[in-house]
Amino acid sequence: MDMNTEKLNKILAVFQGERGGLISILQRVQEEFGYLPEPALSLIADFLHLPQSQVFSVATFYDNFYLTRRGDHLISVCQGTACHVLGARDILETAENCLEIKTGQTTPDYKYSLERVACLGSCALAPVVLVDNEVHSKMTPRKVKQLLTEDIDDRKIQA
Amino acid sequence: MGKSVSIQSIEAYKIDSAESLVLLRETLLADQNKTVKLVNVCCGSGCMSSGSEQVREAFISGIKGLELEDEIKVKKTGCHGFCERGPIVVVGPENIFYQHVTKEDVPEIISETLLEDRVVKRLLYEDPVTGQKCFHENDIPFYKKQKRIVLKNCGNIDPTSIEDYIKVDGFQAFAKILSQMAPEGVIEEIKLSGLRGRGGAGFPTGIKWETARNVSSEEKYIICNGDEGDPGAFMDRSVMEGDPYSVIEGMMIAGYAIGASQGIIYVRAEYPLAVHHLSTAIARATDMGLLGHNIMGRGFDFVIKVVKGAGAFVCGEETALIASIEGKSGRPKPKPPFPAIQGLWGKPTVINNVETLANVSRIILNGHEWYSQIGTATDKGTKIFSLVGKVRNVGLVEVEMGTTLREIIFDIGGGIQGGKDFKAVQTGGPSGGCIPEELLDLPVGYESLAKAGSIIGSGGMLVMDEDTCIVNIARYFLDFARNESCGQCTPCRLGTKQMFNILQDITRGKGRPGDIEILLELSDAVKQGSLCGLGMTVPNPVLSTIRYFRKEYEEHILEGRCRALVCRALIFYRIKDYRCKACMKCLHACPVDAIVGAKWQVHEIDQSKCIKCGTCMEVCPKRFNAVECVTGKIENSGDKGE
Repeated sequence: MDMNTEKLNKILAVFQGERGGLISILQRVQEEFGYLPEPALSLIADFLHLPQSQVFSVATFYDNFYLTRRGDHLISVCQGTACHVLGARDILETAENCLEIKTGQTTPDYKYSLERVACLGSCALAPVVLVDNEVHSKMTPRKVKQLLTEDIDDRKIQA
Repeated sequence: MGKSVSIQSIEAYKIDSAESLVLLRETLLADQNKTVKLVNVCCGSGCMSSGSEQVREAFISGIKGLELEDEIKVKKTGCHGFCERGPIVVVGPENIFYQHVTKEDVPEIISETLLEDRVVKRLLYEDPVTGQKCFHENDIPFYKKQKRIVLKNCGNIDPTSIEDYIKVDGFQAFAKILSQMAPEGVIEEIKLSGLRGRGGAGFPTGIKWETARNVSSEEKYIICNGDEGDPGAFMDRSVMEGDPYSVIEGMMIAGYAIGASQGIIYVRAEYPLAVHHLSTAIARATDMGLLGHNIMGRGFDFVIKVVKGAGAFVCGEETALIASIEGKSGRPKPKPPFPAIQGLWGKPTVINNVETLANVSRIILNGHEWYSQIGTATDKGTKIFSLVGKVRNVGLVEVEMGTTLREIIFDIGGGIQGGKDFKAVQTGGPSGGCIPEELLDLPVGYESLAKAGSIIGSGGMLVMDEDTCIVNIARYFLDFARNESCGQCTPCRLGTKQMFNILQDITRGKGRPGDIEILLELSDAVKQGSLCGLGMTVPNPVLSTIRYFRKEYEEHILEGRCRALVCRALIFYRIKDYRCKACMKCLHACPVDAIVGAKWQVHEIDQSKCIKCGTCMEVCPKRFNAVECVTGKIENSGDKGE
């Protein structure tokens, strides 16, 4: 496991003495590593004097935490109400087909992860897909196919 | 005080008394009058994703190129609520409202409107009914029937600029209570105003404050609930992004009223811009001395911090939210004890929703008499709804309580898209219900909607047309509920799952006679046997749809038909061979390569591969119109669908 313990300790030091910091710590650690590596969870538990089970419980309770390595790019397909009635399910299925993975999975080359998200609050632009932090609005299966078959890295360089 | 302020030294200016706030405001307003023209570019999340940042940059560089920076100021503002029309740009001094502005349009707006005072007509909103062009925001039917109290600053001020907020009477209400009102007086004012919680349950805000006030404790907390989890509601997001100082001022007033010196804003992690704007606003207010120790020299201390949520819908529930701030899994606890008595870290804690808090400064400044005149006898003030779905004008609307659903959907929303028929409106998200056409004249209010089997909730309003399947909607909400159930109450954890399975079966053509009765029974069990508001309300979407649309359930179960052509197991697409011109359009567009055929060879859909996404129908040229969607089982269709 290639986890940088030094980096982790630096993060933890900031939270020294803060009450109820577990969720904020997990958020910061995930920001740094892209997910929550198992050794990090143990070290966080030691740091907070909490049983490991409690740290693991919190890390698995909330949707935003990941225990496995994620892809470089996160594709989040909104499944909010407005998106749903305008065809979000087709959007998600098309994304699964294009990336050849199921929702929640990561491509074997660790390039893309596919997620569903409850609501992004961009309901007026439904259905929406979030690629990293970029909102793509009024999507159709066709637009998803276009979006995901071109290489996102290339597109970033051109833009 | 005898102190003066120059516009250059505002960065370092400290507000240490009510007088210094007044002085600053006067200085800012005097300076504002010098600016001749203003370009307001909406930089809310909606407009940003349509490219408003590029539009803003184009304005800045275009104006710089003409060396007109001193005469024309470019400002980023919060959300206008009409996100679908974004990016929105308002050009002063005439406040011309331009929609769908792209960076290519900017040179024309500069040369025509800003330099020549001429309107660029093609960028104006056109009333679809009358065909008339609308010059100003208030000419647009979408805005005409709204009453914007909470949203009054959104779209007009730069959300991160404390100066902008002070110019529109910001912190005046806070200064008023510090100098003129006792905490009890503030609570009385809020009680008399009739303000009720806007987060869903509608508990009277003043009573909540009073309860916390009456508990003696060294430590008390104000929590702003910005965990807007209802899918389809985004008003809190807009307020936090577009007018963060109003939320902060509301918290300061609440803090003074109950005797708390600490505030926490709990925001969904899915709202990064809201987190950013709130954090910026808190830092600016702290710099100016409006947050911190001995504010305005009156001996009142108050600080605020932002806590990010981690993706759990149940954390919108008060006790779960508190658990989350304490670093635990967000599982609700039994009430009592109520958080107002024993909340965060066991101390008295008031949790108010974003929209509720944004109302507070308006009430204090204008008085309870003013506020209680708005609305109806039982429901005071306004409510923001996020009007989404199949309605023509999609966006955020703030209306007086008592406005009818028909007025909201047809007058403000412009009716149904594409000339289809209205079917139902779903209010209140996963805890709410579906309201049919015959009840459209219902005035919106806490009790009136509850009587119809729905709730105001956080204010989601999903409009459905004939193409929306009612069983599919119920299935959707139960899918959401079963995913978000925290799992500690068995009826909620297993009941929602069972209900989902039954609904799933019905939408997949596997419904059985008696399913409706089992759904009703399970709904009752989940409602009765759950601890928190989530479990108690999530059967509502099922109950209300069975109540008003039982026939559609029966069609699915007994006839295998989905009249809205949504449930995939009950529909299929086919190509009418006599209309197909073998143009290959659908063949290329199909995302799963389910269409067989070639040039000169009529196309056919391989039903075993088809995911029923409708792309073929979408791309088939209108003049051919060769693809159709039908309901019923494939083998009964009498066509070569097999």
